[in-house]
Amino acid sequence: MNLTLRIWRQSGPDSAGRMTEYDVRDISPEMSFLEMLDTLNEELILRGEEPVAFDHDCREGICGACGMVINGEAHGPERTTTCQLHMRHFDDGDTIDIEPWRASAFPVVKDLVVDRTAFDRIIGSGGYITAPTGSAPEAHATPVPKPAADTAFEHAECIGCGACVAACPNGSAMLFTSAKVVHLNSLPQGAPERESRVLDMVGQMDDEGFGGCTNTGECATACPKGIPLFSITKMNREFVRAARKA
Amino acid sequence: MSTYSEYRTGEPVADTKAPDGPINERWDRRRFEAKLVNPANRRKHTVIVVGTGLAGGAAGATLAEQGYHVVQFCYQDSPRRAHSIAAQGGINAAKNYRNDGDSVHRLFYDTVKGGDFRARESNVHRLAQVSVEIIDQCVAQGVPFAREYGGLLDTRSFGGVQVSRTFYARGQTGQQLLLGAYQALSRQIAAGTVEMHPRTEMLDLIVVDGRARGIVARDLLTGRIDTYFADAVVLASGGYGNVFYLSTNAKNSNATAIWRAHRRGAYFANPCFTQIHPTCIPRSGDHQSKLTLMSESLRNDGRIWVPKAKGDTRPPAEIPEDERDYYLERIYPAFGNLVPRDIASRAAKNVCDEGRGVGPGGQGVYLDFADAIARMGRKAVEEKYGNLFDMYARITAEDPYTTPMRIYPAIHYTMGGLWVDYDLQTTVPGLFAIGEANFSDHGANRLGASALMQGLSDGYFVLPATINDYLARHPHDEVPDDHPAVIEAVTSVTDRLYRLLSNNGDRTPDSFHRELGELLWEECGMARTETGLRKALDRIPELREEFWRRIKVPGSGQDLNQSLEKANRIADYFELAELMCLDALHRSESCGGHFREESQTEGGEAERRDEEFSYAAAWEFTGTGEAPVLHKEQLDFEYVHPTQRSYA
Repeated sequence: MNLTLRIWRQSGPDSAGRMTEYDVRDISPEMSFLEMLDTLNEELILRGEEPVAFDHDCREGICGACGMVINGEAHGPERTTTCQLHMRHFDDGDTIDIEPWRASAFPVVKDLVVDRTAFDRIIGSGGYITAPTGSAPEAHATPVPKPAADTAFEHAECIGCGACVAACPNGSAMLFTSAKVVHLNSLPQGAPERESRVLDMVGQMDDEGFGGCTNTGECATACPKGIPLFSITKMNREFVRAARKA
Repeated sequence: MSTYSEYRTGEPVADTKAPDGPINERWDRRRFEAKLVNPANRRKHTVIVVGTGLAGGAAGATLAEQGYHVVQFCYQDSPRRAHSIAAQGGINAAKNYRNDGDSVHRLFYDTVKGGDFRARESNVHRLAQVSVEIIDQCVAQGVPFAREYGGLLDTRSFGGVQVSRTFYARGQTGQQLLLGAYQALSRQIAAGTVEMHPRTEMLDLIVVDGRARGIVARDLLTGRIDTYFADAVVLASGGYGNVFYLSTNAKNSNATAIWRAHRRGAYFANPCFTQIHPTCIPRSGDHQSKLTLMSESLRNDGRIWVPKAKGDTRPPAEIPEDERDYYLERIYPAFGNLVPRDIASRAAKNVCDEGRGVGPGGQGVYLDFADAIARMGRKAVEEKYGNLFDMYARITAEDPYTTPMRIYPAIHYTMGGLWVDYDLQTTVPGLFAIGEANFSDHGANRLGASALMQGLSDGYFVLPATINDYLARHPHDEVPDDHPAVIEAVTSVTDRLYRLLSNNGDRTPDSFHRELGELLWEECGMARTETGLRKALDRIPELREEFWRRIKVPGSGQDLNQSLEKANRIADYFELAELMCLDALHRSESCGGHFREESQTEGGEAERRDEEFSYAAAWEFTGTGEAPVLHKEQLDFEYVHPTQRSYA
C-alpha cells in the first residue's frame, strides 16, 4: 500500500520542530510500523537526507524503548507497543501523523526521540527494596501468599515506555509511579520501606515536573501492558497512610 | 585469495586462577586466597562497567554496595532496557525444592554435558553452586516469581531436563530479573556511588603499560568523544548474535565493545559457537528487521510437521493426516518434538532445503496444537500458552488455535566471547568480561534457562569476589590525558567516525549488514562445510572493502546520528564475521551448536572428535584481514566423562 506520513522533525532539543510530509510506497501489510519507518529511512539516506530518529531496541514489546504518538494515540490504534503494531491496521492511501511523546517532563531530543530519564530518577528515589548482594535470607524463609505475588507481578509488568504520560492530558506519571509502588508494597519483602518508598517516589515525581492526576484514565487505556487504573487508587491509599504515619 | 585462513598456532593458554583439589571446594578456596581491598580504600578505586544487563547491572550495583566507585555505561536511554529484558523462559537453580533428585552436582553435570564437553569444569561447577544464592537474592529484591498457593516458589522443567529446577515469572522472567538488578543499580546511582552514563557507547579500550585503564566513549546525543579512566574495566556488553543481521537480539545489541577489546589484545574464544533457537516466528518478507522468539515450552504440546510432498501449497487444514510428515517424531521416536534445540533446528532446515517448507519463501514448518486442543481442551491450552498465542497472532494475524503456527530457527545466543580465566579476567590484565560477553560456561551449547543464571552469577557473586584480588594487587597511578596510548585510542576512534561520515558513497549501513548476515547465515549458520566457509572467507574481505568504499552515512557526528552508530558497529561485524568463519573452518568436528556436515554419525548426528578438539580456541588479533594466532586451552574432564549425545 501507499501512504502519506506527516512526521514531527526537530533537529535538536533547542530547535523548533515541524510536521514534514513524506510518501512511502509499496508498504506490505505484514510490516511492523517500525519496519515501515525503516523503509522510509533507507530512502532518505540514499537521497542524502537525515533519516527520522526514533528510539527502538528489542522490537518485541518488552524493552520499552519505542513509543510515538500515532494519529493522536500513544503507540497508535492497537493496545500494544509501537514495535508490535503492524501495517495491516492501516489502509492504502491513509495519511498517518507521527509525533513524539508530548509531555513537558519528556523534552524532545531529536525528531521522535524524547528524554525519559525522569523515570529513572523516580525509581532511584525509592523504587527498590534495599537488599545488598549477599544479605538475602533463604528464598523460602518468607512465603508470599499467591494473591499478593500475583498483584505484585501484575504491576511489575510496566516497561517504562512512557505511554501513560504521553496519553495523559496533564502529562502525569501517576500510573508509572503507582505500578512500582504497588509492586513492591504488595510484597512482605517491601514492607520495611513501605512508607518512605511512596512518599519519596511521589515527591520525586512532582519534582520532575509531571502533571497532577485528574482521574481521566487515559493512561491505563494507552498502557501496552495493561497496568490497571486502580493501581493509582492503591498508591493514593499508600500515600495517605504513609503521610498520616509521618 | 586471502591469506587470513593461514593462521598460526601459538603458545597454549591456560587458566591459572582456579585452585585444584576437589571441585566443590575450589570456589571457596579461590575466595579465601584472593586478596581483599580494605573497605576504607575501596572508594579510591574506580571500576568501569560497560553494559547494564543482568551481568552488568548486577555487577555495578554490587561493586558500588561494596564501596567501589563505579562508572557505568549503556547505549540505551535507560539502564532498564538492556536486552536481558527479553528473556522469557526462566532461570535455573539447584534448589531441589521439588525433592526430585536435583543437586548442585546434577546441574553441573547437565551443563557440562549440554555444552557438549567444551566448557571448563571449574567454572561450570561454580555456576551451579552460585545458582542457589541467586534465587535468594532476587526474592529479597522483590522479583515476583511464580508461586504456589502455599506461598512458596513454583518451578518447572525446561528444555528437556528431567528435574524441575527452573524458576520463572510468567513469560517475562528476564524482564523481572533485570528490573531487580536495575532497581538495585538505581539505588546506587541515587546514592552517588554509581556514575551512570546512558546513551553513551564504548568505542575503544585504553590499554596503558599492558593494563586496561579506561575506555573511549561517545555521547550518542552530542557526539562528544570522551575518555574515562579506571583501575579496572568490566565488559558486560552481551553477545554478538546481531552479526547475522536477523536474530532475536535487540536491534542495537552489538559487538563493538568486545571486538575493540579483542583488537587491543583480549583473546576471543570459540566465536563459531552460536546457538540457534528452533521456535521463532518466520520472516514475512525482505523488510524483516528482526526475529521474534517464542518460548520453546511450546514444543511440550505442539507437534511439528511439514507436507510429505515438495511444493505442497495447500492450506494446512486441507492436507490430510497421511500426507503430513511429523518428521521429528519419525526420526527421533524416543524424544520426538522435544529433541534439543540444535537437532530440532537442523531438522527444520533439512526439510525446508528439500522444498517442503511452508509459508512465504518456504522457510517455515508447522507447529500444530490441534491434538493438544483435542486432548486438553482449548481452555487448558489457553491457560498454558495464552500469552504466546496472542503474541503470535499479533505478529502474523493468524489464529494459532485454528491454524497451525509457522516456526523457523533463528540465531538466539552466542556461547563464544572474550576468553576469561576463572576470575573472569581476559588476557588483558585489568579487563574483565561477564555474562554473554565472555565464553566461559556454556561450552558449545547453552541449556535453556541458563543464560539468566550465568549473567546474574557473574554479576552478583563471581566478579565482585574476584576483582578484589586484581585491585588489591595492582595499585594504580593516574593516567595522564596526554599519554600516547590515550591519544592513539582517541584518534583511532575519531578517524574512523570521520571516515564513515565523509565517505558519501551510495549504499546504506543496513544494506551491508543484511548482505553480511545472509552470507553468514548461509555458510556459518545451522550447518557448515569447508567449501561454504572458504567461500565466506573469500567473500567477507571483498564486502568489507566495498563497505569502506561505498558506505553512505548522512548527518554529522555532532548530534544524535543513528546511521553513524549502525555503520560503526557494522564495520566491526565484518572483522568478527571473518574470525567466526575461520574458527568454524578450523574446528572440523561437530559439537553442540557447531555442526560440520563432514563430521556426523551415520544417523546424521553431530560427531565430536575429542582427541583433536577437546580445547577452547582462543584467537589473538594481529591486524584487520591478517591471519590471527590460535591459542588452545586444553579442557580436561575429571568429573563428567565425555559421551556422545544420542537422541535417537
